[in-house]
Amino acid sequence: MKMASKTKPKEEIQLLGKKITNQVDKGKNPEITFLSRSLNNIVYDKKTKTLKLGDKTATRSFFNVAHAKKFLQTVEVASVIKKELLDSGKHEHLRGVFYIVKRTIPGTNVNLVDEQVESDKAIEDLEVITGLSREQMHVSANKMGSMVGNLILEDSGDIIDCSKLGRGGYSIPSITDELDFKKIKADYILYMEKAAIFERLNEDKFWQKNNCILITSQGQTTRGIRRLLQRLSEEKNLPIYVLCDWDIYGAYIYSVVKYGSITLAHASEKLTIPNVKYIGITGDDVVKYDLKRHLIKLTEQDSARIKQVSEYDWFKDNKEWIRQFKMMKEMNGKVEIQALAARGISFISETYLPSKIKNKEFLD
Amino acid sequence: MTEKNKSNEPMAIELAKSQREISISEFFTKNRHLLGYDNPVRALMMTVKEAVDNSMDACQEMKVIPEIFIQIDQLSEDRFKVIVEDNGPGIVKKQIPNVFGRLLYGSKFHRLRQSMGQQGIGISAAVLYSQLTTGKPTKVVSKIDPQKPAHYYELGINTKTNQPEIFKEDDIEWQKNHGTKIEIELEAKYQKGKQSVDEYVKQIAIANPHAHLIYITPEKEKIEYVRATTQLPIEPKEIKPHPHGIELGILIKMLHDTEAKTVQSFLQNDFSRIGPGTAKEVIEQSKITTKKSKDLEADEIERLFRALQNVRVIAPPTDCLSPIGQELLEKSLRKEIDSEFYVTVTRSPSVYRGMPFQVEAAIAYGGNIDRESQVRLLRFANRVPLLYQQGACAITEAVIETNWKAYNLQQSSNSLPIGPAIILVHIASVWVPFTNEAKEAIAHYDEIIKEIKLALQECGRKLNIYINKTIRSAEQKEKISLFEKYIPELASSLATLSNESKSKIEESLRKILKKNMSNLLNENGIQDKT
Repeated sequence: MKMASKTKPKEEIQLLGKKITNQVDKGKNPEITFLSRSLNNIVYDKKTKTLKLGDKTATRSFFNVAHAKKFLQTVEVASVIKKELLDSGKHEHLRGVFYIVKRTIPGTNVNLVDEQVESDKAIEDLEVITGLSREQMHVSANKMGSMVGNLILEDSGDIIDCSKLGRGGYSIPSITDELDFKKIKADYILYMEKAAIFERLNEDKFWQKNNCILITSQGQTTRGIRRLLQRLSEEKNLPIYVLCDWDIYGAYIYSVVKYGSITLAHASEKLTIPNVKYIGITGDDVVKYDLKRHLIKLTEQDSARIKQVSEYDWFKDNKEWIRQFKMMKEMNGKVEIQALAARGISFISETYLPSKIKNKEFLD
Repeated sequence: MTEKNKSNEPMAIELAKSQREISISEFFTKNRHLLGYDNPVRALMMTVKEAVDNSMDACQEMKVIPEIFIQIDQLSEDRFKVIVEDNGPGIVKKQIPNVFGRLLYGSKFHRLRQSMGQQGIGISAAVLYSQLTTGKPTKVVSKIDPQKPAHYYELGINTKTNQPEIFKEDDIEWQKNHGTKIEIELEAKYQKGKQSVDEYVKQIAIANPHAHLIYITPEKEKIEYVRATTQLPIEPKEIKPHPHGIELGILIKMLHDTEAKTVQSFLQNDFSRIGPGTAKEVIEQSKITTKKSKDLEADEIERLFRALQNVRVIAPPTDCLSPIGQELLEKSLRKEIDSEFYVTVTRSPSVYRGMPFQVEAAIAYGGNIDRESQVRLLRFANRVPLLYQQGACAITEAVIETNWKAYNLQQSSNSLPIGPAIILVHIASVWVPFTNEAKEAIAHYDEIIKEIKLALQECGRKLNIYINKTIRSAEQKEKISLFEKYIPELASSLATLSNESKSKIEESLRKILKKNMSNLLNENGIQDKT
């Protein structure tokens, strides 16, 4: 999809208003046509190894009973973004935008939006419609991540040394597009889903001893972290290794970083990192480090999700991963990263990770 | 072997001493409940019903449009006076005591013709009930000719002999060309509600749109039912019995009464649908050698009956029936029931057991009718409302067995549907089959239930279309109003987004809405050509 980085976001969003107003002036039913974000239009591009939108388009028009409210929501959210954020240069959270938009339409018992998910969707739609990213529209999300390592960066005029931030590390903001990397000294980046492991490795000064940068989120990777990882990969040419639980959700977290997600397929270009590698935990680690007794039994949902994920286009031809899924089913279990602590509190930083990196034991 | 008693007389002779003829009147006294006089509420109803049915039938005979006046006076706590007056042909002087003073006297009992009066034991039962409970005579005035004076009687019934007892008779002046008026005093109780006299009179008006009724209630309220038409119903024709529709007892009575000399001519003349060939076939099948109809032996009559049941003949003529009629029934309902939508259906005549019958059904829907409770069912037989024994009636069964969910009414299994509706079913027949002598429930003949269901389904389909249309039009109105409310919102957002004038955008949007109103109503949205 096109990215409107060349024109100014304010002009781009105003253009949408002009287009619709023109239709109204001509006495036409106002409508917006854009690439469909429905599941049947999400395609996996084997060449670029990313999830993308296909070429099916959807048209949303105002004088249509099924569309009217969504159309109104889209235009209203756009006008809020223009007036409240872009015009003033301020940023607002998804939650704040929801509250600005939320109101009862006079003379009805209909709310313009009832739940935040509606305004969130409108913003995602606007990304597809205008080509602007949410970040360009000055809308942020909750920040949920930390970073430590030999990295000095500039954030809104402040110089931050990520090697001197104690146990918590640098709190990664929701929007990372404008971070300026001043100085960096690292061989690779280790990204992990568990903040607890991040704390363990930070306490063990793993990044110092192994010359790397540690980044974590809590669970699913936020857009801000994905964009940060992509920039570090592309701009600084650093390899990225992903450390997750050995379960289907860990595998999916990895695949989102690598290939992109279904809901943000339209923004893959700015978020995916095709050459990222999976470091662990793997089924082979479970065997090798004798973690079988720490297996947690699969639930019915787990098994169903394994089946579903293993059928995704970006997994189904990946023999290594299919083998991992098969092992999960055979062992009928999953293992958390923290299970390594059973072998010693610093087993992960002193033995497990150095050995994996040294032997290049990665999954692609 | 005969058992002997002490006096050595045969037991039967001893018993015979205490055996005597029980008069019909005595029978009535002991069996009121069989005839509908089992409680004071029903007694009032039966009295009004017998009198009104007689008046309606009389007017029909004379082909005069009925003007019927009904008045109930409360004399004391449990004492009432019922007055019913009509503009019928009147009754000739010497017949007045017989009509009102003898039980089971009358012309209607064994003939096959659609009439209202088939349904009670007769007005004389009301006279007897009055006499038994109050000891007062019944007062009758009747006039048959404008040139002649009216006859006035005060009379009762001799319960032993079933003969009229006349207390007073006179010729009087009466300001009426012709007609009959009856005044009956009785022990009774007046109640309101679904089984009240009030309701009965109302339903009589619904089923007889040609009648003009004035009713003065015990509370002195005057209720007037104006006629919906001045057209008399088609006169129902009397028909001869169909061979498949008779019972052995009726056959015996027909043989007794017939004027035909031979069996052959009896069959040809006294039945419908029997010609010379069929008559011969019946005689051959029943192996009767006797030629004369009066000479038939009991076993021969029984064989004749069997042969008549089995012989192949075409169905009886059905032009003998007089339904209310689809249009008139609707007019009548519109007049008496406040509602939004009316549908009526008159089926073609059909036949059960050799008896022609015809079903009519109607539904009144919406308006002031309660939305949350079961529908009200109005049942009629030969234009007479059936107010009792709803649960035992074939009409009720047919309504319950109809799938009303398919027609947008709620229904739980084995019950009447729920919704703002009144369902009416009328059965017209030369002989309406009742489940018992109370004559308030129609017997469950498959042919009758099937016809009722077909009539109800036809009504149901039209009702369904109406309900869908009203629901849809309400939804459509809501859609349009929603767009009207959305327009200022969209205009305001667009104005902010494009830096253009809000009022101009709003005006344009309103124009688009107006121009495309019909498209929006008919389809999901506006189909742009681009």
